[in-house]
Amino acid sequence: MGEIAMQEFINVGKRIPKADAAEKATGKAIYIQDLKLPGMLYGKILYSPHPHARILSIDTSKAEKLPGVKAVLTGYNIPPIKFGFYKDNTPLKAHKVRSCRDEVAAVAAIDPEIAEEAIDLIKVEYEILPAVFDPEEAMQEGAPLIHEEHLGGKEKKPTNVLNLPWRLVAGDVEEARKNSAYVAEDRFKVTWVTHCCMGTSGCVAQFDLKNNLTMYANTQIPSLAQRDFTEALTTMGLSGKKVRVIKTTIGGGFGSKLDTYAFEYIAILLAYRTRKPVKIVFTREEEFFATSPRQPAIIDIAQGCTKDGKLTFRDVKMILDNGAYTSWGATTPSVMMMPISSLYKVPNVRYIAKCVYTNNTYCQAMRGYGNPQATFAIDSQIDILAEMAGIDPLDFRLRNANTPGEITPQNFKVQTCGLRECIDAVAQKLDWRQNRGRRDGRGIGMASMIHVGGGARVYKSDGCGTIIKIDDFGTVNVFTGATDMGQGADTVIAQIVAEELGVRIEDVVVIHTDTDVCPWDVGAHASRTTFVAGNSARGAARKVKEQILEVAAKSLGEQPENLEIRDRVVFSKGDPEKKSPLGKILRASHYTTGGRMIMAEYFYDPQNENLDREFKGNLSVTYAYGTHGVEVAVDKETGEVKILRYIAAHDVGKAINPMLLEGQVYGGAVMGIGYALTERLILQNGKVMNPNFLDYKILTAKDVPNIEAIVVETEDPFGPFGAKGIGEPGLVPTAPAIANAIYDAVGVRIKDLPITPEKILKALKEKK
Amino acid sequence: MKQTITFNLNGEPVEVEIEPHLTLLQLLRDKLEMTGTKEGCGMGECGACTVLLDGKAINSCIFPALEVEGRNVTTIEGIMDSQGNLHPIQKSFIEHGAIQCGFCTPGMILSAKALLDENPNPSEEEIRNGIAGNLCRCTGYLQIIQAIKTVREQT
Repeated sequence: MGEIAMQEFINVGKRIPKADAAEKATGKAIYIQDLKLPGMLYGKILYSPHPHARILSIDTSKAEKLPGVKAVLTGYNIPPIKFGFYKDNTPLKAHKVRSCRDEVAAVAAIDPEIAEEAIDLIKVEYEILPAVFDPEEAMQEGAPLIHEEHLGGKEKKPTNVLNLPWRLVAGDVEEARKNSAYVAEDRFKVTWVTHCCMGTSGCVAQFDLKNNLTMYANTQIPSLAQRDFTEALTTMGLSGKKVRVIKTTIGGGFGSKLDTYAFEYIAILLAYRTRKPVKIVFTREEEFFATSPRQPAIIDIAQGCTKDGKLTFRDVKMILDNGAYTSWGATTPSVMMMPISSLYKVPNVRYIAKCVYTNNTYCQAMRGYGNPQATFAIDSQIDILAEMAGIDPLDFRLRNANTPGEITPQNFKVQTCGLRECIDAVAQKLDWRQNRGRRDGRGIGMASMIHVGGGARVYKSDGCGTIIKIDDFGTVNVFTGATDMGQGADTVIAQIVAEELGVRIEDVVVIHTDTDVCPWDVGAHASRTTFVAGNSARGAARKVKEQILEVAAKSLGEQPENLEIRDRVVFSKGDPEKKSPLGKILRASHYTTGGRMIMAEYFYDPQNENLDREFKGNLSVTYAYGTHGVEVAVDKETGEVKILRYIAAHDVGKAINPMLLEGQVYGGAVMGIGYALTERLILQNGKVMNPNFLDYKILTAKDVPNIEAIVVETEDPFGPFGAKGIGEPGLVPTAPAIANAIYDAVGVRIKDLPITPEKILKALKEKK
Repeated sequence: MKQTITFNLNGEPVEVEIEPHLTLLQLLRDKLEMTGTKEGCGMGECGACTVLLDGKAINSCIFPALEVEGRNVTTIEGIMDSQGNLHPIQKSFIEHGAIQCGFCTPGMILSAKALLDENPNPSEEEIRNGIAGNLCRCTGYLQIIQAIKTVREQT
């Protein structure tokens, strides 16, 4: 650790612009919307207008006859492809639809307008079935069954409750409750919000003559998507055929591209049927109703503390609206467990969650993966409990703050931990003692977070591969498994390699877009890329450096261990005059009898653990912490909330690129402010009522407060140059920090998101 | 029934036959294959499709192509100088981390250009208003605002 802190870095810790920024600033970057292949057809999808209905008949004859239409598919003329980790979804639905986004038919045509017209010509007869939209109702006996064949429970009876027994128990919650001086019990509710990537979803599927598939995709999981599509090919009778996934520039991810989707399988099926490349790109309306939002939840939470404010227990029961099919949203409890068990020191913990099928839209991963939902409940209630105990919430948090070396009830082994520093920094910036408790319409609040910061072993592997090769002139090609969707993986990896190798940042080219050339990686999730792909890149760079020094040793007549590379020059550490330009060494390696390529691969799989059967284990090598502090002004007449100050303090280990890191914090916090105050996907009888930016309010440049990002560097011994993940943390504590500030301002506690002016006014009225 | 229109695109005269229902965005992207201008919503709500019409920022996705007859259209492809050097706003966006996924960037830069061309010394509030029609989901806008401020200070 000391050694890291002492070192002077040339590339690490620098505000280096994003590698592809110029391409993007000039409009040259190619997004899926911009991709056009010769002979390409355009695919369109017909969705169900009903949340729950039997399909009686589909008449596609008129659509098929429309000039320019090349294929029409329905659930009745495609192979039985199943997808999603629960394998309960199909590309096109036969017999029954279960939600308003169910894909019923699809066409491929020579232009998008004809495809659209053909969709309108398809006639579907439905028999409407009773539907259920409330997960608590869906759990009742006699509720409409979403998947009749889905059996659960000990009796293996048909049920809407998924067979995902999320249950974490540590210590004795009942006993701890009895011994608590104060106990708070509340119900919190969080609703659907959606990613709103500025570039809508899309793909182009193309088969070659041998039936190998090239998939131009927007994906955060190229290697896993490749596996999903390969499986689909097998079902299509194309077993043994190859899949190549090529990523075009991604117009935003935030978790939305962590799974494969019906539209992608539909494009594959249409491309196979027509023998032409087929493109499907979502309209903004489709992006709102046919992609998978953040999981809504009903959260019953109780926490207790001793007289002097030591947390005694945390007991959480949750019901999650799964929607009609299953994607990663159903596994968000595995991440919710993290703050529930390990945010602040709490010795006794119980968490039970149920995911329930409904006729609503199905849910997915979104930045934070369940953590923002859980943290909203936990850290809102920390303020409630602190007030019951008569303790300032700042002191309450400091008293219970996590510390380095701690082993949490979920068996997380805390390494570096800067939570206390984050809390202190926020308190100081907000002048906490001075400004808290005014209740004059202005208030301050804070909330904290824990997240995985050193990968997360959610699959059997948490690995990422890197290949590095260097050409004659010193250009370093880094082939990484990582995915850049705008967050800056391309740049951070280049900085790490440049630092390790002693070359300039502009010498490093990071290639991350093609499964045919890039190594395997488990995906851009869990804020793991800087840590895992960074360590992988560093490992490969070290190996390459050894090779260079071996070659250089011969020509310089030195021992390799006495050599160093800096700024494209290899030199002797003992005698800096003994040196050679890197390019010359590299050329010598090629133009020599018995010469060699300078290249290496490295696979890094962190020493973290899968959760065991009790959902315990050291999920991440290290954990990221942070605290947000907010000052708000609440208008008692209108209920409007104005954010006056916003402080975001994060323990990031080490900022590899402070500028890009701040971008992650700002972007995360602003998305979090939307989650707290303005964003809500409104579903009425399963239908999205606000599928546009006028009615779904993400923040504009006029709405965002200035955010002060405070970087706490704890130099994690396992991180690449000390770094931890920072992709998600910026969003996690935002909503509870704002809710706590609102309470401090006007004395009303809003427990369901978003905190709209209407809710505040209603609460103010009830208080009177 | 196709119609011929003539207009000035990034300083060059263009004559093109179009269907009358075409939007300016469709003309640029589909007919002229200039894909630097993005479609984020197609409903005039997100600003990704922003171009300059006689120097003013407009949403090209809801603007009829026929109406550019005889006028000057500037897109992201047209703001570098004749030597191919980046425009100061482009440079500033790059240097300030104002670009993440980049999908909003061309439109954002053109809104910034329209603002600075009309008002070379805007206040922070004026900058925020000037780009209020351009949505960005990645950056939280702050580095974009800083980038525009810096151009303001340099000129």
